[in-house]
Amino acid sequence: MLKAQFIKKRGHFVVKVDLACPAGQLLALTGPSGSGKTTVIRTLAGLEEPDSGCILFRQEQWYDDKMQLFLKPRERKVGYVFQEHTLFPHLTVYGNVAFACQDDERIYELLQMLRVDHLAKRKPHQISGGEKQRVALAQALASEPRVLFLDEPFSALDSQTRYRLRLELQKIKQHLDIPIVMVTHDLDEAKQLGDVHICLNQGRVVDCEPSLHPASLPILPEPLPIYQ
Amino acid sequence: MDLTPLVLSAKLSLISTILLLLLAMPLAALLVFVPFRGRFLVDSLVNLPLVLPPTVLGFYLLIVLGPDGGIGTLWQTLTGNSILFSFSGIVLAAMVHSLPFAVQPLKTAFEKIDSRLLEMANVLGSSPVDTFFRVILPNAVHGIAASAILAFAHTMGEFGVILMIGGSIPGQTKVASIAIYEYVETMQYREAALMSLVLVIVSYLVLLAVGHLNRTRSQYA
Repeated sequence: MLKAQFIKKRGHFVVKVDLACPAGQLLALTGPSGSGKTTVIRTLAGLEEPDSGCILFRQEQWYDDKMQLFLKPRERKVGYVFQEHTLFPHLTVYGNVAFACQDDERIYELLQMLRVDHLAKRKPHQISGGEKQRVALAQALASEPRVLFLDEPFSALDSQTRYRLRLELQKIKQHLDIPIVMVTHDLDEAKQLGDVHICLNQGRVVDCEPSLHPASLPILPEPLPIYQ
Repeated sequence: MDLTPLVLSAKLSLISTILLLLLAMPLAALLVFVPFRGRFLVDSLVNLPLVLPPTVLGFYLLIVLGPDGGIGTLWQTLTGNSILFSFSGIVLAAMVHSLPFAVQPLKTAFEKIDSRLLEMANVLGSSPVDTFFRVILPNAVHGIAASAILAFAHTMGEFGVILMIGGSIPGQTKVASIAIYEYVETMQYREAALMSLVLVIVSYLVLLAVGHLNRTRSQYA
């Protein structure tokens, strides 16, 4: 179980969350752009330090302001898939997955599971966006993470690829017995994949009403042309 | 034309460039990736040889490397010889004088590395040292090459500092630039012209190489 209760100042508002995600479940974080979703997931992974609060995984303290304890990301043994296709450009697909895993058998098993084994010798710039995200997922899983963080993993993909990857993630979720935290813009995606669903607005947890669906948010008017 | 000064210049440039890279890579990484109080002071200190007259730099090096200076005394104790007016002395002097030429391209290359790659390495359990060798250096190959080329070229043309620290001992400290100076002083213009031409060609090739590196880097960017 991953439990977190923290405050993190972010520009003009404060991100304040209280969440829990049991093993085997997927917590979906949704909300409009700039609502603090990425800040939450980055803070949980240790890429940003909260201002106060605590983060606990099983019996292990990852962050505690009272104890002045902050566990570095590399010490948390987690997997993280970034919003855009982030792979090491100087390494092949195989090299990327092998970055945190020495077990050759496991690497090929993951590449096969995510259907990118035929791309093992290619460099990231030689594969498509969907393939890159599959490799990124294989890379995150290779280190046998205790928690998996997915920061809008499918946002840069076309709808067909996104749909296929959603199905694949659903299958992976069934195999893994770890908490998964996923940030998504897509409310349908959150409903389809999420066991727990949290909506953020201006850094605060709000009711997951359809009105908060990014698609249903009011469109800001175009700025007035000053020199007309 | 006696080729010894040219060979000595090449040897000096090669050795000081290798040593300089070993020093400049962690130094540039420290200045780019490690936030610490007074970072700009260290940065400015690294760049000081760019603006100081070589005679001023040479003067201070003469004091530090001299028999009463810290490094000079240590060297004397360890080797039994004086570091002044020796090949080792001019290697050290060339390193100090070319330091900004080695550090700046590395800093630029390191700054261009996508910070998410470093975060990813961190999440994947990589230590800072491990990340330096497995992520930062492989993604800064062009910067390393530019750094090496510039440091090499700058040392090839080095004059003032080397003259002050090494003098002009044939085969030991009399490098090409000093030889040219002496040829001119003794009115051996033909030899001076030939050796100058070699240095001009080397410098031009260096600039072509740096330009090529910059072009290929922008193609990948």
